[in-house]
Amino acid sequence: MLDGRPVLRGIDLELPGTGLVALVGPSGSGKSSLLRLCNRLEVPTSGTVTFRGTPLDHLDPLELRRRVGMVFQRPTPFAGDVLANLRVADPTIDVGAAARLCERVALDAELVDRDAATLSGGEAQRMCIARSLATGPEVILMDEPTSSLDPESRDAVEALATGLVAAGLTIVWVSHDPDQVARLADVVVRIEDGRVAGVESTS
Amino acid sequence: MSADIGNVGLATSLVLVGVAVGVSLWRRLGLERSILWACARALGQLLAVGAALGLVIEDGRPLWWSWTWVVAMVGFAAWTTGRRAPEVPGATRLAAVAFAAATALSMGVLLGLGIFPASGRTIVPLAGMVIGNSLAATALVGRRVVAELTDRRDEVEARLALGHAGRAAVHPYLRDAVRTALIPQVETTKATGVVFLPGAMVGLILAGTPPLEAVRVQAAVMFLVLGSVATTTSIVALGLARRLVTPDHRLVRLHRPDPS
Repeated sequence: MLDGRPVLRGIDLELPGTGLVALVGPSGSGKSSLLRLCNRLEVPTSGTVTFRGTPLDHLDPLELRRRVGMVFQRPTPFAGDVLANLRVADPTIDVGAAARLCERVALDAELVDRDAATLSGGEAQRMCIARSLATGPEVILMDEPTSSLDPESRDAVEALATGLVAAGLTIVWVSHDPDQVARLADVVVRIEDGRVAGVESTS
Repeated sequence: MSADIGNVGLATSLVLVGVAVGVSLWRRLGLERSILWACARALGQLLAVGAALGLVIEDGRPLWWSWTWVVAMVGFAAWTTGRRAPEVPGATRLAAVAFAAATALSMGVLLGLGIFPASGRTIVPLAGMVIGNSLAATALVGRRVVAELTDRRDEVEARLALGHAGRAAVHPYLRDAVRTALIPQVETTKATGVVFLPGAMVGLILAGTPPLEAVRVQAAVMFLVLGSVATTTSIVALGLARRLVTPDHRLVRLHRPDPS
C-alpha cells in the first residue's frame, strides 16, 4: 500500500524456477514491490506468495532470505573491507573462500582487504552480488542493479548474471531498459499500473 | 560566609543583565527585549519552583510529596521529548519509560546504598539532575535512530536480505545513534574541573562547604548524570528497535518531517 492505495492488484503469476526472468514496466508500475514480495521485505495485504509450492508465511523469513537473495539498485557496501562485507553474509568465510567468491563475480581477488567504501560503483555492485552468493541462494532478486552504473560496469554485471544463470542460478531482474531485457531475459513479465500486462518467453 | 545573597544581592546582580543589554544596544543586536523577558521569566519560574519546592521538601513533610513531584517531572520531561522529536513514533511513551527507569536506578543506588539520605531535600534535586540532564540526549537519540534508519534504509534492508534478524540488522545504526547522543556527556565529564567548574560544586563552595567535600558531592552527581544519560539513551534506542522492526523481520516505513 502507498498512501492508502494498493501498489499491486489482481496479480496471478507463476515465475519459472530457472533462467533469467525480467520484470519490466514504467516507473511506479509496481515491479520493485513485486520483487520485494518474493523475499518478504514486503508482505501482501491480501493473497499469497509461494516459493517452490510453500506459502512464504509458512517459511522462516530468515531462512527464505538466504535461499532468495537480493541485490539492490544502488550498491550497499557496509563499513569495513570486502572480507568484512562477505562475513556479514557468512561469518565463517576465510580469506581463501572470499578470494574465490571475488573471482566468481569477476572481481580481482586482491581486493579482498580493500575498504569497501573505496570500490568503484561497478566493483561495489559485484561485491554485493558476491555477498548474496555467500549465503548459497537458489534465486537472486536484482532490482535494477545496473541503473546507477556506467556502461562498462553495466556490461560486466550483465555478463556476470548470464554466467550465474548458466551455472544454474535463477535470477529475477527488474529493468526498464528494453535493450538490456532483450540481451538477458529468458522470460519477460510486463507490469503496468500494478497489474500483469503480459508474459512472454524470448527463447 | 553565607550562601544567602538576600534581595539586595539579587537586585545588585541585575547589573550583569544590564551589561548584556548594554552590549545588545551598543552592537545593535536587537536582543534587549528578549534578554529582559528571558531574565524576568527565568526569575519568575525559579521563584515559583522555589516556593513549591519549599512546601514539598520541608522538614517533616511525608516523602510521598517528593515522589509525586518526581513523577510529575518524569511526565513533563516525557511530554517535552515527544514535542522535540515529533518524527519519532511513540516518543513520549518511550521517554517516560526511559526517565522512570533511569530515575529508579539512580535513586536505588544513591539512596538504597546510603550515599545520600532519603529525604525531600535529596530526592527531588537528585531526580531533577537525572531527568534534566538526560532530556537533550533522550530526544537526540530518538531523532538519530529515525534519521539513521531512514537515510540508511538500503543498508538495513541489505542486511535483512542476507538473512539477518531484524534486531541484528538495525544494531550497527542504533549503536551509532547512542554514541552520538552519549559523546557530549562523556566530553563534558572529561572537561570537568579543567575547562569549567560545575554548578553544584560552585554552589556548595559559595555556601561555605570545604572544596574537597564539594568535589565528592559533585563527582557523585556527575557519575549519576553519566549513568542516567547512558540508561535513557539505551532504553529509547532499544525501544525504538522493537517498534521499527516487525516480528517477521521487516523494517517499518518511516517518514521524516519536511525540513522546510
